Amino acid sequence: MSENNEIEVMQSVYDKNDEVAQQINQQLTEKGIFAVNVMGAPGVGKTSSLIQIIQRLGDVSSYVIEGDIEADIDTKKLLSLGVKTVQINTNGACHLDSPLIGEAVEELDIQKGVLFIENIGNLVCPAEFQIGEHVKMLISTVTEGSDKPYKYPLAFEKADIILINKWDLLPYVDFDEEYFMKGVRALNKTAPIFKVASKDGQGFEEVVSWIQKHIK
Amino acid sequence: MHEYPITKRIIEVSEEFAKKNNVDQVKQINLVVGDYSGYVASSIELYFDLIAEDSICKGAALHIERVKPKLKCTSCGQLFERKPFEFTCPLCEGEGEPTDIGQEFYIKSIEV
Repeated sequence: MSENNEIEVMQSVYDKNDEVAQQINQQLTEKGIFAVNVMGAPGVGKTSSLIQIIQRLGDVSSYVIEGDIEADIDTKKLLSLGVKTVQINTNGACHLDSPLIGEAVEELDIQKGVLFIENIGNLVCPAEFQIGEHVKMLISTVTEGSDKPYKYPLAFEKADIILINKWDLLPYVDFDEEYFMKGVRALNKTAPIFKVASKDGQGFEEVVSWIQKHIK
Repeated sequence: MHEYPITKRIIEVSEEFAKKNNVDQVKQINLVVGDYSGYVASSIELYFDLIAEDSICKGAALHIERVKPKLKCTSCGQLFERKPFEFTCPLCEGEGEPTDIGQEFYIKSIEV
């Protein structure tokens, strides 16, 4: 054969991941679990924000799947506070995918409540993969700078809720709020934006009200 | 980093389609990759030969069609390519919002 025959494929390379994500999402919904995919760069305060949220959720049960490349530092912290947590170590991979979440969900034996999935600290890849979540929560900070929506657009575009953490440090850093908000709104018209400080809990009441409204 | 597992998946899907069509050798894989898909075309190329070694895609060419992301102006509806650090429409200076153009990541076809 001298010429190639072309066979049409037209198949997304994400297909398997998305299929599993859909199954997980359905399974969690049936159990009455609201799943939050927590995204943000390393050091933005994903775990400390989760602690602030979980402490305010009252009677609602919280569960955490902790994603890290290595170590179980955050899981130990959450377990010491009595939060049912399972650790996933990706050993180098830059994001969590749905097969990994499927296994962790089984291990956690979740009843009704909120499941927080703390993704790998990375502002790029976690936004690209569905993992069975109901919403994506993006944590940004004043210390990272106000140009992040312009430099990492996909994470801001895909977010359903955005926290700007370390708001207590605003007087000490150059954070152009107007520029930041303009970038976020160009990418995402609807996500609510909350100014918080996970160090002292400032602003988390509103975040928790938003979550509670979505559970009901 | 995640190009390795995704390259593996590209080869798997190509093999599935080749087998469905009773073909035992894939000569070319035509892939569509948007610049906002998060995938680095050169990394996929780098892994491809290595992973394809033990498959019917061994020696196959990988053709990657790249798609530049486009925004849609919320004022005049024009689709346009975003300049770095801004979202302004070049026609009417309105504001652009994201579209799916540039987020593609799929296998268009295989050549056998």
